[in-house]
Amino acid sequence: MEVLLNDGNFEQEVLNSKVPVLVDFWAEWCSPCLMVAPAIEEISRKYAGRLKVGKLNVEENPRITAKYRILSIPTFIIFKKGKVLDETAGAMSMAALEARIVEILNE
Amino acid sequence: MSEYDVIIIGGGPAGLTAGLYTARSGLKTLLLEKVAPGGQAALAWRIENYPGFPEGIDGPELTKRIERQAEKYGLEIKSGEAVKVSLFSEDERSKGNLEKVIRTEEEEYKTVALIVATGTRPKKLGVPGEERLVGRGVSYCATCDGPLFKSEKVVVVGGGDTAIEEALFLCRFAEKTTLIHRREELRATKIMQDRAVCNPKLEFIWKSAVTEILGETEVEGVKVRNLETGKDLTLEAKGVFVYIGTVPNSEFLKGILEMDEKGFIITDENMETSVSGIYACGDVREKLLRQVVTACGEGATAGVAAGKYVQKWKGG
Repeated sequence: MEVLLNDGNFEQEVLNSKVPVLVDFWAEWCSPCLMVAPAIEEISRKYAGRLKVGKLNVEENPRITAKYRILSIPTFIIFKKGKVLDETAGAMSMAALEARIVEILNE
Repeated sequence: MSEYDVIIIGGGPAGLTAGLYTARSGLKTLLLEKVAPGGQAALAWRIENYPGFPEGIDGPELTKRIERQAEKYGLEIKSGEAVKVSLFSEDERSKGNLEKVIRTEEEEYKTVALIVATGTRPKKLGVPGEERLVGRGVSYCATCDGPLFKSEKVVVVGGGDTAIEEALFLCRFAEKTTLIHRREELRATKIMQDRAVCNPKLEFIWKSAVTEILGETEVEGVKVRNLETGKDLTLEAKGVFVYIGTVPNSEFLKGILEMDEKGFIITDENMETSVSGIYACGDVREKLLRQVVTACGEGATAGVAAGKYVQKWKGG
């Protein structure tokens, strides 16, 4: 299950998370965001317990969106122990994203 | 290794329509898609020239409908990027091997017929600063990123229909949108030109090219050269949206299929490429018009042609 992130719970859910977190920065208007949504959901199911998957709507959450300087969506950021490990802007090959996740989980 | 009658590479309107036709005629079909079904058409915020929708239809809505329709008839869609296509020799085929092998990073598939519908991707400007600032203000998708530039100054590069469409979309959010074009007039259709000139928030810089994108970690502006006078000027901007054409996604087929000098795949009128049993349809084909309506028509033809090929192969 994906976690709905917002300006209020970001610190608690992402920065203080015990497991790595994949954050999907998205918006309703963004067609590629909607296109990759099922694949992201699939990733959240597949790695449940080892990886947290969070979705942050950039339109509704200006503080976190500005903090991470999101200028292109979808943007995927992988956090581990509060630190940004990996960042990709734009809809990308889902296989490549998953490969990166596996790499981080195995580190 | 999984075996199929038909494998389709690419899930835009062309690939999905090809799949609709082959699956519906009972052929075991797999469609491989790198990102997610929909293709570039799913990035269009409004498609006004697809027949049957007089009010226009949103790109994502149209492609979602085609996908649903294809899946209804049994099309299997898998996530994966085809990285290599190889052909079996006559000798290997006579031992009962299927004809073609498609390899993705993870898996290998065998198929009798192959349909290439990999489309195109946006062409890059190729100027300093562009690579560094992709996703940091440089964008190839206004409908994705445009609203993030609310009340900012943005630049659009290009003069075709797509450039105008996206510039008009940006005008809804940005404080000022400046379109930079190499020529003195637009290539876009009359209806788009009229809309462009009428929009008070849209400004034009003619006969000019962007020579550099400025900014270290985020876009701060662009350097523009007037191609006639050779004079440079610097323009402040937070976003640079590039629409100067497209590049075919056909690199993995170089040396296998005949292509034009730009890499667009050459086919006959039945969508068959220089290799029998391999078809191409949609934007990746060498042709006059790249639109959803032509992609769908070609997808249907490719699907039927591939079906006939499979039937013959099976001795039917």
